[in-house]
Amino acid sequence: MTSTLLTSITVFVLAVFIGFEIISKVPTMLHTPLMSGTNAIHGIVLVGAMLIAGSADSDLEKALAFVAVVFATVNVVGGFLVTDRMLEMFKRKPAKPDSE
Amino acid sequence: MTPLLALSQTAINFTYLVAAVLLIVGIRRLSSPPTARSGNWIAAVGMTIAIVFTFLDPDITSYGLIVAGMAVGTVIGVASARLVKMTAIPQMVALFNGVGGGAAALIAAAEYHRLAPSPGHLSGDSVGAMLFSALIGSISFSGSLIAFGKLQELLPGRPITYAGQQVVNGVLFAALVGLGIAAGSTEQGVWMVLLLLGALLFGVLLVLPIGGADMPVVISLLNAFTGLAAASAGFVLDNTALIIGGTLVGASGTLLTVLMGRAMNRSIANVLFGAFGAAPAGAPGAAAAAPGAEGKSYREVTAEDAAVMLAYAQRVVVVPGYGLAVAQAQHAVRELAGLLEARGVDVKYAIHPVAGRMPGHMNVLLAEAQVPYPQLYDMDDINPEFPRTDVALVIGANDVTNPAARDNPDSPLYGMPILNVDQAANVVILKRSMNPGFAGIDNDLFYESNSAMLFGDAKSSVEKLIAAVKAA
Repeated sequence: MTSTLLTSITVFVLAVFIGFEIISKVPTMLHTPLMSGTNAIHGIVLVGAMLIAGSADSDLEKALAFVAVVFATVNVVGGFLVTDRMLEMFKRKPAKPDSE
Repeated sequence: MTPLLALSQTAINFTYLVAAVLLIVGIRRLSSPPTARSGNWIAAVGMTIAIVFTFLDPDITSYGLIVAGMAVGTVIGVASARLVKMTAIPQMVALFNGVGGGAAALIAAAEYHRLAPSPGHLSGDSVGAMLFSALIGSISFSGSLIAFGKLQELLPGRPITYAGQQVVNGVLFAALVGLGIAAGSTEQGVWMVLLLLGALLFGVLLVLPIGGADMPVVISLLNAFTGLAAASAGFVLDNTALIIGGTLVGASGTLLTVLMGRAMNRSIANVLFGAFGAAPAGAPGAAAAAPGAEGKSYREVTAEDAAVMLAYAQRVVVVPGYGLAVAQAQHAVRELAGLLEARGVDVKYAIHPVAGRMPGHMNVLLAEAQVPYPQLYDMDDINPEFPRTDVALVIGANDVTNPAARDNPDSPLYGMPILNVDQAANVVILKRSMNPGFAGIDNDLFYESNSAMLFGDAKSSVEKLIAAVKAA
């Protein structure tokens, strides 16, 4: 095992603990936004897709990498925007008389 | 093309550290209502930092593909996030999750293709992560598409089962492990292709037998899968941002899945392999085809009669469900509640943890209609109130009110915590027809002596109630 790998594993294990700790006290009403928000965060896979796309040699690699970049971008952009749309509705204010 | 401005790997890794801190702060703020929205944006800023500085990575030598791909992805992402209706959020999350998993699998495939043609190039350290990423990413991709299809009602929501299903899945999974070993040891592309195709098939077979009512739990689980796939892609590329971001989602997504399962009193294994919602053996579909048969009868009320009950009640509890969401009745419901309150009626909303099709889905919809927070009650807080409630108004909710879950050990729902709606003095149920709910199970509540049915689309029924309450 290389020391790089060991460092990566260390980071991984610590991130597992942080991941469990930070969401342990979430009210039910935020479960959907939280799922949507964390869904956007695994869009970080875009960074990997960029690295592959920026150094692809063969046509096959380029094709795979291009689709990966498109997919990951949809994940990031769509994920954050739809989460924001949900949370926008949680503004704390009293019900106004009907204004529709 | 030469790099724009190549930064050293150390400098880039430093920006990844900053990004990781912002992601963590973002998720933590997402866990509390007042800070949730800013949390989402903080996470987005962290993500943007990671993406922008990746452009300066010395390994990136051409930008055309990246820019073109991001442009296409941004258009699709913005359009779908803006245009989607709030009721369709669960399937949207499924779709965004699926493409994320697909991206991780594609990264693994491309990296395998780059390294594998000349044997000996796959290092033992990264090959395992590469295969794991391909496997889990593909399962998440196809599984999420099936979940999307079920929620969008392109596929039947009922579980699709056949004899020997679990044996087939078991054999397929064993075959996938074998293919992974072959792909890793022979370094021949054909095994990798077979692994990817087999994993796609496995994702389909994994989700098909799961009933529509369990889709939220499944999406949450696949969300965690995609996180792990992204993390293992990080091991392949030796990239800290991917490892941290992916692992955070893998861990928090797993915990969220367990919490959701717990709200339904079911284990994850039971959700995945229990074929929940299948009609009881012996009389498949009978309850659905002939509701009210078997000597059970229900009572129907007019909107006028129901309105009088509501208008002269002291305490009313509104129980919203997915039917309310589908009919977009949340604004009308708030108007009705406002009218009742003006008459001095005490109105509360009872929110089951899995009302709607995702935990918290109903809170999102009612917040959209500007129902004040303090009127929303969790299951545990509202259940003691039902015995002294005059009218429980059930709007498009079904399985979460079924007393069989509490009383009948033979019911497939048995053990799921429910709202004790049947303990109210009167129950008015707004429903389109007597068809069973999302889980495909008949609801005993409808046949109770204190229950009355008001048939019709939830929104038009509520509007009729509004008109009738005004006249009362």
